Amino acid sequence: MESLTLSDVEQKYYSELFLFCDVDNTKKVASNGKVLDLFRAAQLSNEVVHQITELCGATRLGHFGRSQFYIALKLIALAQSGLPLRVESLNSVRDLPLPRFVMGKNEQEMRHVVMFADTENQGPYLPRPPGRVQAKKVSAHEMIQPCVPTVDPQPDTTSPVVSPHQSPPTSPHAWRKHKRQASGGNVDRQPSVPGVVWPPFREAQPGPVTGDGMWSAHSPPPVQESWVSFTDTPPSCTLPMHPPSAQPESTTVRTVPSAMTTNEIQRQTSGYDDPWKITDEQRQYYINQFKTIQADLTGLIPGSAAKEFFTKSKLPILELSHIWELSDFDKDGALTLDEFCAAFHLVVARKNGYDLPEKLPESLMPKLIDLDDSAGVPEPDPEVGFSASPVEVTPNKSPSMPSLNQNWPELNQSNEQWETFSERSSSSQTLTQFDSNIAPADPDTAIVHPVPIRMTPSKIHMQEMELKRTGSDHTHPTSPLMAKPPELSEETKLAAAIKFPGTTVGDGYSSSDSFTSDQEPISSAVNRQRSHSGTSPEGLKVVAPPPPPPRPNASHSRSSSLDMNRNFAAVPAGPQQPGVVAFPPAVPPRPLPTQTSVPHGHRSVEGDGLPAITSTSPQQMPEQPNFADFSQFQVFAVDQPADDGEKPSDSGQVERCAETTGTMRTAKNDVQAEERNATTVNSAKVSTPLAPPPKPVRRRLKSEDELRPDVEDLPQKSTVIATVLATQPSIPRSIGKDKKAIQASIRRNKETNTVLARLNSELQQQLKDLLEERISLEVQLEQLRPFSHL
Amino acid sequence: MAVCIAVIAKENYPLYIRSVPTQGELKFHYTVHTSLDVVEEKISGVGKALADQRELYLGLLYPTEDYKVYGYMTNSKVKFVIVVDSSNTSLRDNEIRSMFRKLHNSFTDVMCNPFYNPGDPIQSKAFDSIVSTMMVQAF
Repeated sequence: MESLTLSDVEQKYYSELFLFCDVDNTKKVASNGKVLDLFRAAQLSNEVVHQITELCGATRLGHFGRSQFYIALKLIALAQSGLPLRVESLNSVRDLPLPRFVMGKNEQEMRHVVMFADTENQGPYLPRPPGRVQAKKVSAHEMIQPCVPTVDPQPDTTSPVVSPHQSPPTSPHAWRKHKRQASGGNVDRQPSVPGVVWPPFREAQPGPVTGDGMWSAHSPPPVQESWVSFTDTPPSCTLPMHPPSAQPESTTVRTVPSAMTTNEIQRQTSGYDDPWKITDEQRQYYINQFKTIQADLTGLIPGSAAKEFFTKSKLPILELSHIWELSDFDKDGALTLDEFCAAFHLVVARKNGYDLPEKLPESLMPKLIDLDDSAGVPEPDPEVGFSASPVEVTPNKSPSMPSLNQNWPELNQSNEQWETFSERSSSSQTLTQFDSNIAPADPDTAIVHPVPIRMTPSKIHMQEMELKRTGSDHTHPTSPLMAKPPELSEETKLAAAIKFPGTTVGDGYSSSDSFTSDQEPISSAVNRQRSHSGTSPEGLKVVAPPPPPPRPNASHSRSSSLDMNRNFAAVPAGPQQPGVVAFPPAVPPRPLPTQTSVPHGHRSVEGDGLPAITSTSPQQMPEQPNFADFSQFQVFAVDQPADDGEKPSDSGQVERCAETTGTMRTAKNDVQAEERNATTVNSAKVSTPLAPPPKPVRRRLKSEDELRPDVEDLPQKSTVIATVLATQPSIPRSIGKDKKAIQASIRRNKETNTVLARLNSELQQQLKDLLEERISLEVQLEQLRPFSHL
Repeated sequence: MAVCIAVIAKENYPLYIRSVPTQGELKFHYTVHTSLDVVEEKISGVGKALADQRELYLGLLYPTEDYKVYGYMTNSKVKFVIVVDSSNTSLRDNEIRSMFRKLHNSFTDVMCNPFYNPGDPIQSKAFDSIVSTMMVQAF
């Protein structure tokens, strides 16, 4: 390696450049990446660059070590000076100026007045008081500052060289037209972002020096440039402060007249961190512009209107398209206020020569809440940095991206927040992701199926509730029920132990009572249900001995036939039970007459004579007031086995009567005669047009009936029936009067029908009454029952 | 990972075509062009149902020994064609569908841009980035 002697200035400069390129801090720099960018920025042809790399030995080594790098830089300087590239000349040329680098990637480069590295250019700066170097000069990308030895290198940076170049305004004229409308009075605006320092560059594009000169001439405080009216305030440009050379490190700090203080510098440097920030004035301006298109600030600007508006800025369609892509955050084809401001801001930036970012800068995003560190913060290379307005006091010095996050809370506050958060997350992917996350099934908070709880007891409902409870227990994750399973099991056991008597029916009824209260009783009701369902057979077996009165059959939990069962059960012994409740005696104990009729018949046989019979019937009557009717039947059944009052069928009755009469005739002629008399009496009582022979019988029956004045209506009716039936046997007897008898019997049957119908209705009425009584009893039972279970 | 992705307009001229540069783009252009015939064929087959209920994803258009070609046609007759390397671990159908879905979404975003005139070549960077994510990561 050729020995290389560098002047102090060169040494410093080169080291800074090396450090800049050595991002990995490995003390050697790869040939790609920053080094190549740097070399290309030297505005040398590629061939020259290749030659240089060859010469310095990097191609040999494959990378740039520090010495190679320095050699390369020297060669670049040589090339830029127009001297032939010779290794020998490395050390020979004494007055070689420092290499100049134009750090710009696009055509804007050309417009950059970059060249401050030249020592000649440094001239104007040298006289400046040393000290602060303002980085914000647009052109000062590179740090070419190192030429100013007195200038302190940037407070932080180690990579002074590359400042994102800012391009001087490309078409300030257009801008003026674009902005003229609002430019009135804008002169005093804080020139925040697009450093708008451009005016000098308007004519100064070719002449960086002049620009410098201008800059050096003016060192107004940074904030004065009106970004809007940059076109018309060249002299007042405050270039120094604005330079969007927004290097995070603010390396290209220029010395500025002592007006600059550390704070300002810090502000600038840190303000640089968010070069895309929209100042309040800018924002207000944007809002005004928005209003010209769309009066409603919360409304949307349609794409076509926005297109027209932004086309006025004379930016190429491709760039406008890109700006649109960046700013239309929710991709809806329309611009909200925030989106519009972002788009406008980007247009302004672009007009001022800043490259458009690849991604929307954070400060331009509508209503950010979560910040992505990497998003939008300008990278040193491509991002154009709008210097933040000096107004922002951000203590952060570090140029790195994370600083943006720290700044954000402050910045955010200053931004009006028009957008709702929905804008942020409106991309289809995030939307779908959100949707999928919205309602995760959480078993703990499962929506409980509403279980209807009837507050008033009703049989049907109780039954339903019981069924539902049993079913729901199995299927339902409801906590109250699920929490109870152990309790339930215990309760079932307890219930089984306790509840034997009156299990089924009582349980059913008590469950309804529990529903009126809260869940616990319900579960207990379930328990009861379970218990009783599980234990009812057991209970029945065990309970068999103690027979409580309201005890249904084993299979019934609620048996409407309860009473009827009792009735039927008691019927056989009915005649023996005087204290029986008023039951419809006629209907249920239908077979009774036949049953009792036989014994009675037998008795009557035994007891000779009608009086005996008649006496028996009255005897029976007081014993069985309810069955008095049937005693009548019994009486008649001897020679006319009485059919059940329920279903009198004439033929059947006739048959039976005939049969009984047939059977009994021989044995009991007397009796039969008496009975016939009785029947005839009865029949006579019922229907006058009866045959004369039966009349005495009827009269007898009638007397018998009269003997029983206290007989209920039903018995009377049954007697009527009996008499009607009794008349029938007369038919076979009086053959000669068949027709009349038949007609009579027909009439009788009809009457019997009507009587029976009436009887039926009355029985129905009694049934209803009894059911109501039952309900009331059940209610009482329910009321009593919870106490027993508490 | 696709080897070539193309967007073809209704009139069958390309709006966007991008392929992995290493393998000679002309071949892919030709492949995409010939695949249009297959697309037409598939569409005409569905015929009666016409636009309603025609599925956008057309599936494998045709395989060659080197690669497979998948097609997708929107309701506005814009066609997306993806060419996939056969040697690549065969991508599942679902993955191809998701690629088309992403393409369709970003194409919609491009169309929504008022500065984009339908029929112009697509020059959106966002679209490019989406396509890049889907292409074989060949540097």
